[in-house]
Amino acid sequence: MSTAHDVWDRLETLPDYGLVALFILAIWLLLSLFAALVGGPQAPNLAAGFVSSVTVLIGAFALLTLALNLQWGYTGLFNIGVAGFMAVGAYTTAILTAPTNPAAGAVPGLGLPLGIGLLGGMVMAAIVGALAALPALRLRADYLAIVTVALSEIIRLFVNWNGVAQLAVAGVEFGTGGATGISFTSPSGIVAGVVNGPFSPLVAAAESLGVSGPNVVNFVYGLTLLALVVASYWVLSRLVNSPFGRVLKAIREDEQVTQSLGKDTRLFKIKAFMIGCALMGLAGALFRGSAGYISPAQFRPGITFYVFAALIIGGSGSNTGSILGAATFSALLFYLPARLGEFFPNIGGQAPGNVVDAVAALGALDVSPLVAYTIANISTLRFVLIGVVLIYIIQRRPLGLLGHRNEPAASVDLRRPAAADGGEPRDARRASSARGSDGGGDDE
Amino acid sequence: MSEPEAVGAAVGADSDVPTTSDAIDAPLLEVDGLRKEFGGVTAVDGASFRVAPGSFTGLIGPNGAGKSTTFNCITGIHEPTGGTVRFDGQDVTGLAPFTLAQQGLVRTFQIARELSEMTVLENVMLAPPGQTGESALRAVLPGLRKQVREAERDIVEDAWETLEFFQIDHLAHENAGSLSGGQRKLLEMARVLSTDPEMVLLDEPLAGVNPTLEEKLLDRIDELRRDGLTFLLVEHDMDIIMRHCEHIIVMHQGQVLAEGDAETIQSDERVLEAYLGGDV
Repeated sequence: MSTAHDVWDRLETLPDYGLVALFILAIWLLLSLFAALVGGPQAPNLAAGFVSSVTVLIGAFALLTLALNLQWGYTGLFNIGVAGFMAVGAYTTAILTAPTNPAAGAVPGLGLPLGIGLLGGMVMAAIVGALAALPALRLRADYLAIVTVALSEIIRLFVNWNGVAQLAVAGVEFGTGGATGISFTSPSGIVAGVVNGPFSPLVAAAESLGVSGPNVVNFVYGLTLLALVVASYWVLSRLVNSPFGRVLKAIREDEQVTQSLGKDTRLFKIKAFMIGCALMGLAGALFRGSAGYISPAQFRPGITFYVFAALIIGGSGSNTGSILGAATFSALLFYLPARLGEFFPNIGGQAPGNVVDAVAALGALDVSPLVAYTIANISTLRFVLIGVVLIYIIQRRPLGLLGHRNEPAASVDLRRPAAADGGEPRDARRASSARGSDGGGDDE
Repeated sequence: MSEPEAVGAAVGADSDVPTTSDAIDAPLLEVDGLRKEFGGVTAVDGASFRVAPGSFTGLIGPNGAGKSTTFNCITGIHEPTGGTVRFDGQDVTGLAPFTLAQQGLVRTFQIARELSEMTVLENVMLAPPGQTGESALRAVLPGLRKQVREAERDIVEDAWETLEFFQIDHLAHENAGSLSGGQRKLLEMARVLSTDPEMVLLDEPLAGVNPTLEEKLLDRIDELRRDGLTFLLVEHDMDIIMRHCEHIIVMHQGQVLAEGDAETIQSDERVLEAYLGGDV
């Protein structure tokens, strides 16, 4: 145990980006080893497939977790409608970028470039977030939860509705495609264009190692998402390490006190909520819509709870923790178990048909049927695993991996300024503290 | 610095309430006919009083007299059912707490409400009004963040000075939740004073505070009052009220029962009755 603690202590002294980079590299290494173990001659391509898929997952979940961390971890806004805001972002992007003359049977859109589509998706998600928040933010936290979870289902059922599958407003035809979904400019297709265009020697090099072209594209797409994570992290860190973030934290702790100190908490809450929703909208378009197709079934409420699980594991209230949580959740709890089941279907012999048979064998001290059953059904049972990990984390490490770290919300060094350290006459100090700060609003 | 004087006057709902001095010309806080009903219960029933600028006024009364509800109505936590509250000459009845705080009228809570997952320093740094970096854009955009950091340096410095003034600077980097009860009271006071207030309403700031710390806190209040701050204090400890407040308002059953200096109050039959159970 003490060795594990030593390692952990040493990891904690790493700068944040080092910690995250190391963590992701370790996951890549683990998956590559796994591929080498099961892949045989196909190992390089298998490893590339694992690594690229997991990178996309980590990037997407990190964006979502960062967004939720701003809302819930920092401000205490209990948003359990993440899926809904992802849907708003994804559908807006899809409608804006779908071709005006689509293939037969498909839904036309406005044919705008993807960049504008993504921006539109973020803006729309922020607006819907504000509309949802306006009435609910006046109420207690639990009401916001009810409103958001209901809204996310309403949004999903709305885009599923035949009535909006295809519309014509002022001669412009567009729609959501109803239950069959909608095709639009594929974000990963654009990445593929770049990779197969200017960077085609790179692809050729990868192919000579046995790695297929699509896997290279997928990996680059994952890296693109990670770059977006870095950018979001940069923005959010600045946002929360400031007086703005200080007010958000104060709202989480005690809104009435924050109000009594002269802060209009409603404004802060709406801003934080809108920024978070915009990021969720972006993640929705790039994650669910990465292949250029979305349908209502991709936005079931389950995803909301994955994001919450990732945030709880990583440490609510810490941006670095959010990314680590997203990586842990998506790679180790979500992706890896499914691959285990896929490649070891027959560990421990033939799996029994149901859990009763598997457990009954324990009476004869034979664990292999249970192991076999677990492996065979692991893509379902991993949700049990997620639950167990969550219970463990909440009991043993309630603040998550990094939530215990003190990350004061300020933009400057908080150590005692040398000038104020002793020597100064008491009266001068008293007078200046009685006057309070006048350094605050000098330029507003 | 204004010279504190024992001025203040009862403008009672009952005409037979004796006034100890004439109505002061420019009260900082003027409560007139304040009423607050919760369902069928009338918690405050036409309370009227004035607080002179620069004074240390005590608000006392037996349990259930309506002191805390009066506080809540003045500071916008509750919306009064009737009556008016004027602060600094303006009608502020029913305004939101943050608006009142921005105008210089702030309060502490009966049970210290520290922001427990934030450090002591963060708690105090939250309070200064109109901080540049409270705008999300300024906090993020590269050019503008420079201004935020400059303003923050002053805020940090002031916060350290305030913590030193209240002698909790050695706890600056601790989470506020790990403070003792007395330290929380000090922190709450430090925080509320960092909002640059004109008037502070203290709701039992000394409850659960040991005698040494109590003296310390009262010394601080006296010092700040000499700098021109006005204090209105709800407190159960008669001794403190009698020794420190130059003007005392006694509430009973939602109304102002008596007003005056310590001597007047101590010799008032009705006050004794209210406290000792009346009707004897």
